[in-house]
Amino acid sequence: MSNVSDVIIVGAGVIGNATAYYLAKRGLRVTVLEKSEYIGNGGSSRNGGGVRQSGRHPAELPLVMYGVKNLWVNLSDELGMDVEYYQEGNLRLGKTPDHIKTLENLTNSAASGGLDVRMIDYKEAQSICPYLSDEVIGASWCPTDGHANPMLTTLAYYRAARRLGARFVSGAEVVEIRKLGGRARLVVTTDEVYEADTIVVAAGVASNKILETVGLRVPMNPALLECLVTEDCPPMFYQMLGTAMADFYGHQSKHGSFVFGGTTGYEPYTTYGGTPPATSGSAPGTCRGIIKYFPVLRDLKIVRTWAGWMDDCADHIPVIDTPDEVAGLVIGCGFSGHGFGISPTAATILAQLAVGETPVLDVSRFKYDRFKVRT
Amino acid sequence: MSAVDRTRDIGEYVPAQDDDMIVCRCEEITKGEIRRAVHDGMYNVHEVRRLLRCGMGLCQGQTCARLVKSIVARELGVRSLEDATARAPMRPIEMSVFANDGGGE
Repeated sequence: MSNVSDVIIVGAGVIGNATAYYLAKRGLRVTVLEKSEYIGNGGSSRNGGGVRQSGRHPAELPLVMYGVKNLWVNLSDELGMDVEYYQEGNLRLGKTPDHIKTLENLTNSAASGGLDVRMIDYKEAQSICPYLSDEVIGASWCPTDGHANPMLTTLAYYRAARRLGARFVSGAEVVEIRKLGGRARLVVTTDEVYEADTIVVAAGVASNKILETVGLRVPMNPALLECLVTEDCPPMFYQMLGTAMADFYGHQSKHGSFVFGGTTGYEPYTTYGGTPPATSGSAPGTCRGIIKYFPVLRDLKIVRTWAGWMDDCADHIPVIDTPDEVAGLVIGCGFSGHGFGISPTAATILAQLAVGETPVLDVSRFKYDRFKVRT
Repeated sequence: MSAVDRTRDIGEYVPAQDDDMIVCRCEEITKGEIRRAVHDGMYNVHEVRRLLRCGMGLCQGQTCARLVKSIVARELGVRSLEDATARAPMRPIEMSVFANDGGGE
């Protein structure tokens, strides 16, 4: 088979697969190269599934709002697979006046960005989700937030792109991008050389190793993200949950199981490489957080825990850009642990950048060269 | 590790008499569903599991993992495949028990 295509995408995560889908839909010849033997084996299959607008970085808010309005709502139909998208709102809970202050600040910031989000009292929160602890005194409420199944979304984009003729090669580790005539043109793996007019690097935390071969580097580090899954139980509520203190976040999935994540405070202190290790302290800490807010769940059984790596950027927002330094190259990485919710929008834009169109939203906040030294 | 081109032709999905057989009892996934997933591009146990949930139920695949693996391998025409990743805890554990590990401030 010819190794020449219009666009090569490095990384078969949700960003790479979705970009492949949007490009293949335009009739372009697309090749996706994935280092792992498995499609979507990085952060794409290892996140909490939030499609969350509230609590977003202001720069990302337009991306996620565009996605919620235009892309998520039809995604299952468009891709021909149920991605288990629920738009039942997000409750971010508080128990103390300090918590409420934190939530008010987040709410004001998001509301000034045009999002429908507001503070509610315990009574209203209770009427939305009757399982709350009575220690909750208030919450922020964003009715248009939701969640989806990240594994299915990633595989749905993969399957749809593949059906449109996109070529996926797994177990293909990229070792170098080479320029021809001043443009990024060749992608060298451990056993093949691929060629394309445009190269999209969407390899998560592994992107730097590839970008460094053309003299670029995004200031980002691997950071651990850990989740747990419970046994399934009858439907209780479909809101996305979080707290002012970020003790935990999560939701009940269509399957009936709950997916919860939490933080330990030691996320950046990890050894990168191989299968990400679930640490022994994470799930117990997340359980303590959950029980404080949802005592009714205390006897629910955990069946599985997992970990993944976030590509945590210095300013915690991604790079989505065609860098001036290297023609023919598009970068989409550094999503910093909240890339899933914006993945349909980010991929739409990456596809537009790859074909030289003006993106549907302004992406000047996500430029590669935005990182300046302190003085 | 070697590269696997997902455009590799593995032939058409051919319905079989035992396609209705339940392979994963926890999640009630049939042999036919697993076979169709392979023809949909899921070329290993990990992807099949993420798509269908087989081996993700209460027993975490302790009953069906080998069976799923052999069905996927046969469909692909390969001798062996990597096992799905085993994850803690080994048995389902209540949140209240997990929470009581003595950690936290």
